[in-house]
Amino acid sequence: MRRLLFLWLLMLLAVPLGAQAQSSAAPSAEDADAVAIELLEALDVDSFPAKGRAIEAIVASDDERARGWLQALLDGRLQRADDGRFVVVLDNRGRDWPVEDALTGEALGEMSRRDLDRIGINNALRNQLRSAIAVVDLYSADLALRRASAERLLGEVDADLAGPLAEVIEGEEDARVRRRLTQALAIHRLEQGEVAAVADLDGSLHSRVRVALNQAANGDDPVLADAARDALNGIEQMLKLNRAAETLYFGLSLGSVLVLAAIGLAITFGVMGVINMAHGELIMLGAYTTWMMQQLLPGQPGLALILSIPAGFLVAALAGIAIERGVIQFLKGRPLETLLATFGISLILQQLVRTLISPQNRTVASPEWMSGSIAVNDALSLTLNRMVVIAFALAVFTALILIMRRTRLGLEVRAVTQNRAMARSMGIRATRVDILTFALGSGVAGLAGVALSQLTNVGPNLGQSYIIDSFMVVVFGGVGNLWGTLVAGLSLGVINQVLEPWTGAVLAKIVVLVFIILFIQKRPRGLFPQKGRAAEG
Amino acid sequence: MHSTHFWLTRPFRERSTQLFLGVLLAAMTLVTLLHVAVPQGHPLYVNAYTVNLFGKYLSYALLAVAVDLVWGYLGILSLGHGAFFALGGYAMGMYLMRQIGDRGVYGDPVLPDFMVFLSWENLPWYWLGFDMAWFAFLMVLLVPGALALVFGFLAFRSRVTGVYLSIITQALTFALMLAFFRNEMGFGGSDGLTDFREILGFNLRSDATRLGLFLASGVALALGYVVCRAIVGSKLGRVCVATRDAEARTRFLGYRVERFQLFVFVVSAMLAGLAGALYVPQVGIINPSEFSPLFSIEIVLWVALGGRGTLYGAVIGAILVNYAKTYFTGAMPDAWLFALGGLFVLVTVFLPRGVAGLLAYRLKRRRRSDDDGASGNENSATGSEATP
Repeated sequence: MRRLLFLWLLMLLAVPLGAQAQSSAAPSAEDADAVAIELLEALDVDSFPAKGRAIEAIVASDDERARGWLQALLDGRLQRADDGRFVVVLDNRGRDWPVEDALTGEALGEMSRRDLDRIGINNALRNQLRSAIAVVDLYSADLALRRASAERLLGEVDADLAGPLAEVIEGEEDARVRRRLTQALAIHRLEQGEVAAVADLDGSLHSRVRVALNQAANGDDPVLADAARDALNGIEQMLKLNRAAETLYFGLSLGSVLVLAAIGLAITFGVMGVINMAHGELIMLGAYTTWMMQQLLPGQPGLALILSIPAGFLVAALAGIAIERGVIQFLKGRPLETLLATFGISLILQQLVRTLISPQNRTVASPEWMSGSIAVNDALSLTLNRMVVIAFALAVFTALILIMRRTRLGLEVRAVTQNRAMARSMGIRATRVDILTFALGSGVAGLAGVALSQLTNVGPNLGQSYIIDSFMVVVFGGVGNLWGTLVAGLSLGVINQVLEPWTGAVLAKIVVLVFIILFIQKRPRGLFPQKGRAAEG
Repeated sequence: MHSTHFWLTRPFRERSTQLFLGVLLAAMTLVTLLHVAVPQGHPLYVNAYTVNLFGKYLSYALLAVAVDLVWGYLGILSLGHGAFFALGGYAMGMYLMRQIGDRGVYGDPVLPDFMVFLSWENLPWYWLGFDMAWFAFLMVLLVPGALALVFGFLAFRSRVTGVYLSIITQALTFALMLAFFRNEMGFGGSDGLTDFREILGFNLRSDATRLGLFLASGVALALGYVVCRAIVGSKLGRVCVATRDAEARTRFLGYRVERFQLFVFVVSAMLAGLAGALYVPQVGIINPSEFSPLFSIEIVLWVALGGRGTLYGAVIGAILVNYAKTYFTGAMPDAWLFALGGLFVLVTVFLPRGVAGLLAYRLKRRRRSDDDGASGNENSATGSEATP
């Protein structure tokens, strides 16, 4: 590979190569430093074209430190001290700057900015430096550097680079780098009017490729324009697919939030026939628990978030038990009154948070492993925090299903749901089941709050904005049916996201609400009605 | 039940209606006299602001009566009556908006200010006709009535009842709120309709007009009360109560339950629209917040506190809660939501039949102790029979 570089340089540069060839042939430390000083010395001239040639010489030097110099020069950090030494400034804030020797890399302590002289560059040199760095990186042994450099070269290839790039592609082992470089080269060939280049670009989703193809499609050459248009059509199709996938992803993540928010409600509603209007505020409590946890553990958002999961569950579950014991148990068999009473509780909880904490929203930090995204291809990247929320929702759902199907509690809950009187006569303590179910449902609301804190701001109105949606999910899915809640939540999320681009967010929401209102007319018991003999519920 | 009398006049023969109308008339006369006849600065003088406030309470009371009609006698807990109230209010607001004429900020003779601001060319079709008072006042009743008719037809036909119905009425008002927040709807977006000048040629800012609106609200409340009383006291009302207590049984007896439900629901929505139409000129603004689910559920609290299934209880509840609200939001704004939330809990747990139930219980007890000197179990009033 190094040989290729030299071939290119021979072609490209009008710089005598004797010294460099020697230095790489017999690399003794003093020689190398002498050559390096000479190379840097060449930069410290007034003429920009001369600096340009000096940069080319540095690229050609094959010196291991070359990349560092080029980067420092690009950033304006390569400077010359009063004593003639070349230094790299590490931090140029304040009056005294920490510097290191450009040759040895040894730290030289701080120098006053007045003792330093910056080696200036202009825009043309900046461009030259950028592609020079990209080229140097292409020869790096580090795969990540090569990949990043290949990304940067897309659309930046000019006639000078084209020749050697073709050779680099031949020698490259990594398929991704090779593909990217081929595309970069093909864009250049396309600009030169080469029809065959279109084949190399076909199927790429990168925006730069599309820009180049668009230009070609509107160009003068009819053959090239046709080929480019064909390729563009294909790309457009794939983009559509990708957009659909993205919508689906957003929809699923919105849906999983809905599932999290609604599933606790589905349990309490299904088992006790009780509408808990304070459910949204239990979600809010979970979110505030996360915020509190982060206040207690400053600087460790990850740990705080993990600890918030059990803590949020506990806080919300205890609040749920308090609500059940304090109010709901006195309103047995009066679902409408329960609705009103729990609504009162929701008002009190909201105002409590406003008074005790603040009416303002609070931001909860995301840990590092949740920020960022996974790039599937050039047009589609999936944000990590949404993925974590989807996974979390599925985990909570699975756990609940297991509790309902595999534990004694689940058995008793199902029995009470189906026929309270019969269950009691079989020796199930319905009151105890009520308390535990309510605690479970409320705890899950707390978990939803923990998850929500990673997606939105935490404020006193957080719960209110989810309560109506949660009810819609429960009603749509069918009461007392966890699978129904899952299907309903996910599909409502997706429907919402599909509608949004056409109608806007607000109208999408209205359409969904109207849809559910109409759906209830058709199937009053939801998607998956509970089977049983009850004539009315 | 021999109905030799015209159905609307029958309520006047009832003791409770006579009492209610008497008290209402006395209160209206008193407020008017204290406002007009007593000199300013006298401790008993009632100023225009207070008259306006009372007028607002009376329109709320009418709304509460409308909710009590469906909740107390039909067992339908509507969490969306605010929507009918707001629609009536918007119909009135559109009329008042057109009355501004060219006196708006932009001086356009036809278009309201917000449309000029959005640089609309023409009046949307649904604004046509609202410059005529008779048309607008008709719409005050017809628009909420039509919505209730469509919504109720769909819901009752497929037998959506209980908490399901409550939830979808809440979704209905929520959806309408979102819709009215949009500027494209042509109802002024989040600012709503405001800056009204005059109604039927009377200046809205004069004291005399305020007194007039107060009296109009009182008359509307009396009318609404009598209509509801007439419905409740008729054979139709008995079917409603039967539906509330045992829907399936009533159906098996051969009654088309959904028709009764639909009729009463539509009447109730129209009354709510009327209340909204009286409310808007008195507060001078209508905006989408009247559609908020919180407001709708607050109305239910008024009825619950006053005592549902009595009609006069709804009036007591509406006035009590709103008086408390005026007081609290002025004196301790932070405490209002605590008080409201606490009221919800206390009323549902300890006062299932509200203030009216408490009064009736007291009355019954006194009578009984007068009759035979007490004894017997006396838990009949507190909640054993409350559930639909």
